[in-house]
Amino acid sequence: MLKKLLLSATLSALIGTASAYADSVKLADVAELSGAGAAAGAVWHDGVKLAVEEINADGGILGKQIDLVAYDSQTDPQNSRAMVQKAIDEGTYVLLGTVYSSSTVVNMLVAMQNGVPQITGSESPTITAKGNPYIFRTAFGAQKGLPKLGTYLKRVVGAEDIAVVWANTEYGKGGHDAFLDVAEKLGLNIVLDIPTEQAQVDFAADVAKIKSSDADAVFIYLTEEESARFLIEAHKQNLELPMAGDTVLASQKVIDLAGEAANGALGHVGLTTEAPIPAIQQMAAKFQEEYGYGADHNAIKGYIGVYMVKYVTEMIGEFDRQKFADALHNLCLDVASHPGILMDVCWDNAGEMSRDSFLVEVVDGAQKITAVLPAN
Amino acid sequence: MPEFIQIMISGLSAGSIYALAAVGFTLLWQASQTINFAQGEFVMLPAFFVLALMNLAGFPLWLAIAAAIALSVLLLGMVFKKLIVEPMLSHGTLPLVIATIALGLLLKEAVKEFYSPLGQPFPSLFPQDVFTIAGASISIPDIANFAIAMGTIIALQLFLQRTRTGRCMQATAQNPDVAQILGVDIKRMVLYTFLINGALAAIASVLITPIYLAKFSNGEVLGVVAFTAAIVGGFNQIRGALVGGLLIGVIDNLSATYFSAEYRQAVPLVLLIVIILVRPQGLLGTAEGRTV
Repeated sequence: MLKKLLLSATLSALIGTASAYADSVKLADVAELSGAGAAAGAVWHDGVKLAVEEINADGGILGKQIDLVAYDSQTDPQNSRAMVQKAIDEGTYVLLGTVYSSSTVVNMLVAMQNGVPQITGSESPTITAKGNPYIFRTAFGAQKGLPKLGTYLKRVVGAEDIAVVWANTEYGKGGHDAFLDVAEKLGLNIVLDIPTEQAQVDFAADVAKIKSSDADAVFIYLTEEESARFLIEAHKQNLELPMAGDTVLASQKVIDLAGEAANGALGHVGLTTEAPIPAIQQMAAKFQEEYGYGADHNAIKGYIGVYMVKYVTEMIGEFDRQKFADALHNLCLDVASHPGILMDVCWDNAGEMSRDSFLVEVVDGAQKITAVLPAN
Repeated sequence: MPEFIQIMISGLSAGSIYALAAVGFTLLWQASQTINFAQGEFVMLPAFFVLALMNLAGFPLWLAIAAAIALSVLLLGMVFKKLIVEPMLSHGTLPLVIATIALGLLLKEAVKEFYSPLGQPFPSLFPQDVFTIAGASISIPDIANFAIAMGTIIALQLFLQRTRTGRCMQATAQNPDVAQILGVDIKRMVLYTFLINGALAAIASVLITPIYLAKFSNGEVLGVVAFTAAIVGGFNQIRGALVGGLLIGVIDNLSATYFSAEYRQAVPLVLLIVIILVRPQGLLGTAEGRTV
């Protein structure tokens, strides 16, 4: 009798486990949960979690619940590569992350070799320039945003001589090179070119050099914490030049960190919670309620990434990685029938994306949208 | 010229804070031959005490800072000595060095785990006003940081030279056996040294964090800088650590401005190597031999 009981209990447990696996699909998020990139990766991951909760509460994807597994890249490219391999070995359907380009450019090769679609928050132009058929963005690359910013600096700000401060990383180099191309086309002079280190804490010398240069505007391409430190030092040294950046400089995270020193910063942003778009504002309110802090562009990118998985999978009707990647190329999703995507968006054959964007200025500690720019 | 003045002031301001951490390094070495490789984390941690007291307990800034200094004296001074230094010291310098490296990692990971891996804004202690001298913009925080750091070191030096307790601490550092024969309570003097180091680390922390932001990894930079400053200036002299801290702050900024922004971190380390090769006792240190 006891034997029968034990046998049936074991069988029930096995059936239960199998059915739990059968009713879920594994989704790995490899993100910068610690290290220098945590300001971006942790917020991205919270955006991912919010979308997963919503989708699971709504019945999942093709009836399966999402089993989200987080992997910490520690903002280390080699570790991110190992984590991507681990996530693939553990059976992820699609990979989410990483956010830092210096990690993505390394780990995306692993995903490509294994034929696993990867949805990244990285913005370096090199990511989609390598012919990887499995990489897809959640925000367009710097090469698409910087022409808009360069034009703004020349025509609206009236700048001609620019000082460039950039992070000496894959992300920073991509933005730096793209901006130099734009500057050349627009006839802007680069009078000062300052590379900085990842996680740099002291920007006194960099700001002093800009102050004594002939620059009439500064282009800043740093990650969140470094941007905030730069703005604090610029405020301390009373640097009165217009300071502009792409996406990060005027982001909510930088505003939170730099406080009043962020006022006056100009930015071109692909995604902002200040956008006059009800879907984004609802998402931002939900995020604030869930996590107790304000969402930024990285949170929105993570959120959109999970919905990309849902909509494309439902479109192909099965969990097939190759079909997923094929379907996402040259695809456009409209927000009316795909509300989780938040804004109308298209992907090209390289996984690059296009959608409207915004020019913002930080006023009294908040982003103020000064112009809505069409997709390019 | 305005650029040079600006760089010098920023360098001296940062350097004076590095000097606080470096002085702590030298004090511990002199008093108990403790090379504290967790010194960077000791400077990182008090800022999180302040934030936790403000955000979780609702303390005003001034009270949070006072409480953080007291907590640092207790935890980074007394508890550090009792729990780590005393049990390890009898095994020699190397096990203690390894223990402090482990402690640094523990503190870093604990802050990451229990507070946040993200950089946190830290309130400035001073008005953000800026005034101009000879074309250079001088901010109140730069001047105040320099004044407080230097004032603290001068007060410490006066305490060590002009008070009975201070002289007993010096006697303990120079020759504990003779000091004990002369009736100095050397255990208490060593304990005072650790308490002072905790206070110095806390003061450095609240001065530097408004600029660096509060982050669990700040100790990595600060630890290396404090260690380098102590070696360059002279590991067995407070005034050496002071000069070393100021020198590193200024050289870091000058090299980033006039040499190379990309190699700025390498320049103080090159100086460190040169000093070790040419004058191993440091710029102001005195040569000493120890029985091993």
